[in-house]
Amino acid sequence: MDAVCAAEPHAARVALFRDVARQQLPRLYRIARRIVGDDAEDAVQDCLLKAYQHVDQLRDESAAPSWLVRILVNCCRDRLRGRARSQEDVDLDALEEFSLYRTIAYEDPFPYSDSLHLDFLAEFSIDDVRQVLLRLPELYRIPVVLVYMHEFRTREVAEMLDTPLGTVLARLHRGRKAFEQQMWRYATEHDLLREGAR
Amino acid sequence: MISCAEAVRQLWEYIDDVVDAGERAAIETHLARCRRCCGELEFARELRRTLADAGEEDVPDDVLRRLRHTLEELER
Repeated sequence: MDAVCAAEPHAARVALFRDVARQQLPRLYRIARRIVGDDAEDAVQDCLLKAYQHVDQLRDESAAPSWLVRILVNCCRDRLRGRARSQEDVDLDALEEFSLYRTIAYEDPFPYSDSLHLDFLAEFSIDDVRQVLLRLPELYRIPVVLVYMHEFRTREVAEMLDTPLGTVLARLHRGRKAFEQQMWRYATEHDLLREGAR
Repeated sequence: MISCAEAVRQLWEYIDDVVDAGERAAIETHLARCRRCCGELEFARELRRTLADAGEEDVPDDVLRRLRHTLEELER
């Protein structure tokens, strides 16, 4: 049986927490890396401490991984709160209008290419993509990381963030748009659009 | 038939399979007749794959060791 009985002693919950947390550590760290970058280890440390302090909220073994991610996301948000807010300013109209596909076709950065769009993506290393992601406002970055990098369902993310499903879907939509927009900006700023740049 | 703008706006939801049956049918009808939107669909799939690949990362051994240590220390 999955559920931890309400009468289960505190020690049993702590043991469950320890087993699940140990197993989930790599995933927790990867999620934190994509949300807070270099502060990831500290964010996971915060998460472990907070989860331990609230271990009596852990009711169900199968829900334990999501419970930990929920705590981690809150710890990441706490850490981001102390950072500059300038990156959070987004022109939503410009964002909605932007299409990376159309921008690449219009700007035609590789005139002799017969696979223009794929060539554009091929200019990005994995580290470039991670840097682009860190440029996204937190509000959009978190659902993008959870859904597109860690395969959580949008409904699970809504529960984790304590946010209505419609709001999560809207943030995901804007997050994708912001990601596309920042891919283009990053490419132009880092000179990736010159043929033979790499 | 829905417009290109409407089809493109829902492409990621279509890839993620979070559109309803009516929306799916409308997008597929559009894609069957619109080569440019098929290109957008393929690009959106690649972009999604690019994002997913960037999520994979080996966790450094020393980080994992410190985090495990924290976990053990919590009970003392």
